[in-house]
Amino acid sequence: MSGTKKETGFTFTIDGVEITAYAGETIMEAADTAGVYIPRLCDHEGLRHQGSCRVCTVKAGGRSVAACTQPAAPGQAVENESPHLTKMRRDLVEMLFHEGNHLCPICEASGNCELQAMAYRLDMTETTRFPYLEPCRALDASHPDIALDTNRCISCGRCIRASEDVDGKGVFGYVGRGIHRRVAVNGENLADTDAQVTDHAISSEVCPVGCIIRKRVGFVTPIGEREFDKGLIGHEIEARRK
Amino acid sequence: MSEPRLIEISPVTRVEGHGKVTIHLNADNEVDEARLHIVEFRGFERFIRGRLMWEVPVIVQRLCGICPVSHHLAAAKAMDMIAGVDQLTPTAEKMRRLMHYGQVMQSHVLHFFHLAAPDLLFGFGAPAEKRNIFEVIKEKPELGKRAILMRKYGQEIIEATAGKKVHGTGAIPGGINRNLPVERRDHFLGSIDEMTEWAQDAVKLARDYTLEHEDLVAEFGSFPSNYMSLVRESDGALDLYHGNLRALSSTGEMLFDQVPYSRYHELIVEDVRSWSYMKFPFIREMGPDDGWYRVGPLARMNTASFIDTPLADAALKELKAVTCGTPNNSTLANHWARMIEVLHCVEKMRELLHDPDLQGTDLIATGDRREEGIGVIEAPRGNLIHHYKVDEHDQVTYCNLIVSTTHNNEGMNRAVKDVAIKHLSGKEQITEGMLNHVEVAIRAYDPCLSCATHALGQMPLQVELFNAEGGLLDSRTQCV
Repeated sequence: MSGTKKETGFTFTIDGVEITAYAGETIMEAADTAGVYIPRLCDHEGLRHQGSCRVCTVKAGGRSVAACTQPAAPGQAVENESPHLTKMRRDLVEMLFHEGNHLCPICEASGNCELQAMAYRLDMTETTRFPYLEPCRALDASHPDIALDTNRCISCGRCIRASEDVDGKGVFGYVGRGIHRRVAVNGENLADTDAQVTDHAISSEVCPVGCIIRKRVGFVTPIGEREFDKGLIGHEIEARRK
Repeated sequence: MSEPRLIEISPVTRVEGHGKVTIHLNADNEVDEARLHIVEFRGFERFIRGRLMWEVPVIVQRLCGICPVSHHLAAAKAMDMIAGVDQLTPTAEKMRRLMHYGQVMQSHVLHFFHLAAPDLLFGFGAPAEKRNIFEVIKEKPELGKRAILMRKYGQEIIEATAGKKVHGTGAIPGGINRNLPVERRDHFLGSIDEMTEWAQDAVKLARDYTLEHEDLVAEFGSFPSNYMSLVRESDGALDLYHGNLRALSSTGEMLFDQVPYSRYHELIVEDVRSWSYMKFPFIREMGPDDGWYRVGPLARMNTASFIDTPLADAALKELKAVTCGTPNNSTLANHWARMIEVLHCVEKMRELLHDPDLQGTDLIATGDRREEGIGVIEAPRGNLIHHYKVDEHDQVTYCNLIVSTTHNNEGMNRAVKDVAIKHLSGKEQITEGMLNHVEVAIRAYDPCLSCATHALGQMPLQVELFNAEGGLLDSRTQCV
């Protein structure tokens, strides 16, 4: 951390816990450093912030803001884990399950999936209140090394930003508007793009669900050794807390 | 003389899944026709199309909650073939075998003690409220305890090899995704002696029942049939995980032997009948009337030349002695055969647990990709065939599954008719005990009618009587 940042440091609170932040940092960045986990799905370390999933919504100064894009402010009191916010986040996650076809029991991402892990963290255990939309989406397996199962896409846009900003390719992009907005590929199908299995956008860390699939990996990692078998999503951030 | 009647048993209880029996009585109350109908439609063969090949062993095991390992392993074997792997690493093959033996053990124990034992211990006509596992535990607490702990042992073996007790992910195309840590091995070895002793006692219990009820066993749903199973490639021994196909006639004549299972479609054809969602397989050369056959524990005892574990082999010799070495055609002898297989599984698990290959780290083999794969295994209920085609994009384009209960379709229907004729023909009044006789005959096959979770407790059995015009004359509902 630079000397300049240290000079401009200030404090604010999240759920009463004092957090140190530096000029230009978002609420989420400062919280992560301090070991306070704010749930998120569209945000990902190393990618520019987007603020679209709204799972990271916190209350700051009485307003609901996206913690991944909202700059931290001196003396601000931020509300993160209140029953109201947790319920709102649970509703959002529940609607994501309803909007796609998320069949966890047969999905190779199960145990590594951030959507599934978020549902566990937010205690999404009650009988569902929403109708399943059960969209009919094709699986694109045209690429020799990569498959795209958009039944599981939650439109987080992480692959779009990774492909554009990190890989410099623009393999993925949004099409449609509103509820019809979808992630699509820049071509007839995936084989028609310059996507490569080594792209950052294709890595399992970027896609939070089982939409972007590296072929022939599947279930090689056994149950018990998957990412969220080790702990709730956010446990690594919370481990930083002193 | 009375009106012709239709008796319907729906659903059949203490079996896996949903089915119904219809019995047509003519004006003289004689049984004209009796059928077992499979009333559910699952559609796995269709909706698996388009999915990616490595997902298949995980998806298709959802066919069943009792023996998902069978579907998991049969599909994995088919995917091995597609992945170009003809020989697994020793660790992979032995881990899969351990998984399978654990599964056959727990499934057979579940069937014998939890589902069939109430009939065998209390009588087919015992009051309905008596015919359940809780009454078994109440009257025979030691037996009940063993039933639960033996099943637990098998389930824990599955968990250690597949990752979960139900619907794990252990077997992957070309191998396995884990080995067995020494701590788990030692845990299992700690109670293997007890399991062996209990399995021997279970064999004795089933044998004694069969021999003590010789007349009943000889006539109850018994009839000659052909038998088919896998047998070990080298010597025709019982092999539940891998081998070649062998079929015998009811008198022991070899119909075919040591045929690689990849040629199953040359030997077997499936017939379709309008009144059931389940097909009727038969041996192609013999035709549907003579070529139908039975599979499962008794079929395997009939086809196997011997068993390669000493205690189970001794038990097999005793079973074979009853029919002087010729195939045993008694439906109820399935229970005895089933317990011999439990003993065999326990012996095989002991052998494997002492094998250091289970701690090996070479888990996955690779090979040259193929477009078609066939995997066959001896599931608890009998021979299980999985056949897939996969395109150049790794997507499934074709799937054909012949499950054990399908192989036994004709046999179960004949057993139903046989028992209905013997126990219902000429009777004016339907009694609950009579109906249970029909169900006992079906249960002996341990059918997995929808490959779904079995029913226990408040499972309604509805019986309705119709006149020839379809008018409802009488109905009765019971809970088993």
